Amino acid sequence: MADYLPHTPSEVESMLAFLGMNSLEELFSQIPAAVRLSRGLELAPGQSEPDVADYFSRLTRANKGQSAWLTCFAGAGAYDHEVPAVVKMLASRSEFVTAYTPYQPEVAQGVLQAIFEYQTLVSRLSGLPIANASLYDGATALVEALNMASGATGRQKMIVSSGVHPHWRDVVRTFAGGTGHEIVEVPMVDGRTQWDRADLTGAAALVASYPNYLGVLEDLSVAKGLSRAHDALLVVAADPVAAGVLKTAGEWGADVFVAEGQPFGTPLAFGGPYLGLFACSTEQVRRLPGRIVGETVDSNDRRAFVTTLRAREQDIRREKATSNVCTNQTLMAVTAAIQLGWLGTQGLREVATRCAQGAHYLFDEARKIDGVEAVSSAPFFREFALRVPKSAKDVLRSMCENGVLGGLSVDELCHGPDPSIEDGEHVMLVTVTERRTREQIDHYVDTLRKAVR
Amino acid sequence: MTVFNAAPGGRAASAPLLGHETEPTMFELSVPGRASYQLRTTGVPARPLDQLVPPEHLNEDVVNLAELSERDLVAHFTRLSHRQFSADLGAYPLGSCTMKYNPKFADAVAADPGLNTVHPGVPAELAQGWLELLVSLEEKLCAITGMSAATLQPAAGAAGELTGLLLMRAFHGANGDVRHRVLIPDSAHGTNPASVTLGGYEVTTIPSNDRGLVDLAALKAALGPDVAGIMLTNPNTVGLFEEEIIEIATAVHDVGGLLYYDGANLNAILGAVRPGDMGFDIVHMNLHKTFATPHGGGGPGAGPVAVSSRLEEFLPGPRAAPGADGVFEWRFPPRSIGRVHGWHGNAMVLARALAYIDVHGGDGLARVAQHAVLNANWLRRRLEKTLPAAYERLCMHECVLSATKLKDAYGVRGLDVAKALLEEGFHAPTVYFPLIVDEALMFEPTETESPQTLEALAQAVERIEQRAKDDPDSLHRAPQSTPVSRVDEARAARHLIATEDAASR
Repeated sequence: MADYLPHTPSEVESMLAFLGMNSLEELFSQIPAAVRLSRGLELAPGQSEPDVADYFSRLTRANKGQSAWLTCFAGAGAYDHEVPAVVKMLASRSEFVTAYTPYQPEVAQGVLQAIFEYQTLVSRLSGLPIANASLYDGATALVEALNMASGATGRQKMIVSSGVHPHWRDVVRTFAGGTGHEIVEVPMVDGRTQWDRADLTGAAALVASYPNYLGVLEDLSVAKGLSRAHDALLVVAADPVAAGVLKTAGEWGADVFVAEGQPFGTPLAFGGPYLGLFACSTEQVRRLPGRIVGETVDSNDRRAFVTTLRAREQDIRREKATSNVCTNQTLMAVTAAIQLGWLGTQGLREVATRCAQGAHYLFDEARKIDGVEAVSSAPFFREFALRVPKSAKDVLRSMCENGVLGGLSVDELCHGPDPSIEDGEHVMLVTVTERRTREQIDHYVDTLRKAVR
Repeated sequence: MTVFNAAPGGRAASAPLLGHETEPTMFELSVPGRASYQLRTTGVPARPLDQLVPPEHLNEDVVNLAELSERDLVAHFTRLSHRQFSADLGAYPLGSCTMKYNPKFADAVAADPGLNTVHPGVPAELAQGWLELLVSLEEKLCAITGMSAATLQPAAGAAGELTGLLLMRAFHGANGDVRHRVLIPDSAHGTNPASVTLGGYEVTTIPSNDRGLVDLAALKAALGPDVAGIMLTNPNTVGLFEEEIIEIATAVHDVGGLLYYDGANLNAILGAVRPGDMGFDIVHMNLHKTFATPHGGGGPGAGPVAVSSRLEEFLPGPRAAPGADGVFEWRFPPRSIGRVHGWHGNAMVLARALAYIDVHGGDGLARVAQHAVLNANWLRRRLEKTLPAAYERLCMHECVLSATKLKDAYGVRGLDVAKALLEEGFHAPTVYFPLIVDEALMFEPTETESPQTLEALAQAVERIEQRAKDDPDSLHRAPQSTPVSRVDEARAARHLIATEDAASR
């Protein structure tokens, strides 16, 4: 008998009397008797919060992969970054947490201004002028980018690098089932996309990843040149932390930037809720998916913020809308704005630099182990792929027993082999964030040495 | 007539906001050289960046963010929060959105490091607690909806809709059946038609009859062998139960079509009737509505999709499932449409929803629906003289009222009433939706508001009616007591300033 209902029995009685009714059952008289659920739901009866809490603590203890027990060197779009107390506390203010979508701007300036600031930050990190108010995650943001490219070019053919995260490619294929987009995957050699192996005629978009999912930094000027030659959009799926030190998507000439925004203040959280970052060039603004916040004034000429260009959206445009997105990931966007406010210009640069330093230190040390080698000779940023002499899956299992989440095996990530990786069974992806100490990295190398022996 | 005392119980549930001063942006507060970040001492060799990354990849100009002290950062976002209405602050009768109280317990569950520090890519044996949680939630959502299996991946209701349409497509495709159209009532949410287009189908709109329900004759006339299915919200967006649902289901199934249940209004029917028993084949749920996970100012939500057994093999993968020896594992359904999310969906939202369901149990969920419907009907009846209902009869969890009387008599529109309610410290109802009702004001009080709060809300509406008689112009200017007054939306669209850097700013 647990719930959060305020009504006393006598209040319920008075309210029913006001309606001329004798029982709560009568409220459901519109429902045909033939389909009424007479026996009640087949669920256990309610329990008190402390009882349910006991069940959840049993569950959480069964998660052997939590960071208190395993030091995280896994990445692939989900990174173990520092989230300070100040960010957690501000982002958990109930005014942000328990608000709905800002449909009434006069009482939603808090969320609206925070999104405006978020859009500004995403715009700067992407090097592109327009950013939206967020999408579900990086993978679904990429789907929206392809829909935008199709709208912009009137074409259906999408040229996607195999360096794009395998889950994202899977999501793209799923949604192409509805839109009818033709998805052409371009293979990699030595970690680099072989654009010349695809027929680019009639392409709506070229999709490159920066860095790609093997961690490699590809020279995007090649993809830019080809997209321009074929009048297609260049979509760059980026690691947003890289913008602290590396060229932005805009500097590479991207028309659309998408990214997984989890590194900005969101915990690993078993994959969600995360944050889809989306930015584009001014030419594409009328095709932007989802919400966008703009600055305006109120009737007393004070600065105010409001969701705008609403005529693109599903509730107005219905079947002709640019996207079906309604609820997005606003709280994660607000969190990202707070986290980036905390990091500031120097902090983001420092985090990006430390990630690169840690990753290169580990890379150099790991390769001193017999039989452990780099998958690609290309430069990388903060993540890289190692080839190990045993099954990567077994190596990682063995490292876990020594308290190290040593990375992700490509085969497991893809739930099967990735055709663009030779001998994927022996390949693992490794990342280092600014939270990893030298001592932890040295321990990693020791456990890896033992595991491959 | 029973009139509940509006004070003190009621006034506590309405709260005008603070924050009447314009708040500078974080960029305006920024001072070059200020910083608040603190990072761990790592001892990792600090090699210069240009030794690690080739120069052609390094940026030439630093990306400028903002430079703030921690104190200023806290003040800024705290002041922004004072300019924001929320369910924790007061009643939020925004129709269609189910803005009920969000139990803090669910947030505490989600804050557990045993859940939120698990990397999504870990092998299943390291995330047994998570997989068990997902399996448990899937089973319970199926029990609530009367379906046989579900995917928990879709991140929001609209994502669930599109997933459902792709499942519909896969089902027909597997039967070698080419179909082109999906039927949608004219009262449907805008996400329905938008999802249909993305699912590769064309929309056929079905008119509502004068009782606010699907016009069965028109529906039958629109049916044919090229109809893939119908998307229905039941109770519909007018807050009325589609009483002819059995006839609708039979007619659609007779032409080989499928029934899609839009779960936006599931809160109304918990424990009373199940979509599966009504004949639906595909159901999405909005966990951020029915199961009280906080909406975050516009997300994160979660939109799991449950299906009947004949569609199970097409569900997105991977799905958590109990294995042979009591160990949970990931499985891909044999003819899966593929992933619809980068990982496993909005996992923390899923955890909160399970906590909510477990606290309530089957009995508690049934009480949720009963009290939601009780509150909506009480409010409809209480306001019938001021804002008559669009359809004057029993409603479900929400009621669509109309401001046409005020408009005709005093020139005061539904939007004016909504804005004036903000001055009264309440959130506004949904305005001008559904589109089939003139001057629509859709109130969804939810089950967690007390009768005192409802009475206070009704009295606020009556004060607005009095103002409409005495000084209608003051309502056109409303709200004035809020952090900003009525916002110039046209200007925002005409002259887009979407970032601090917009040249025209």
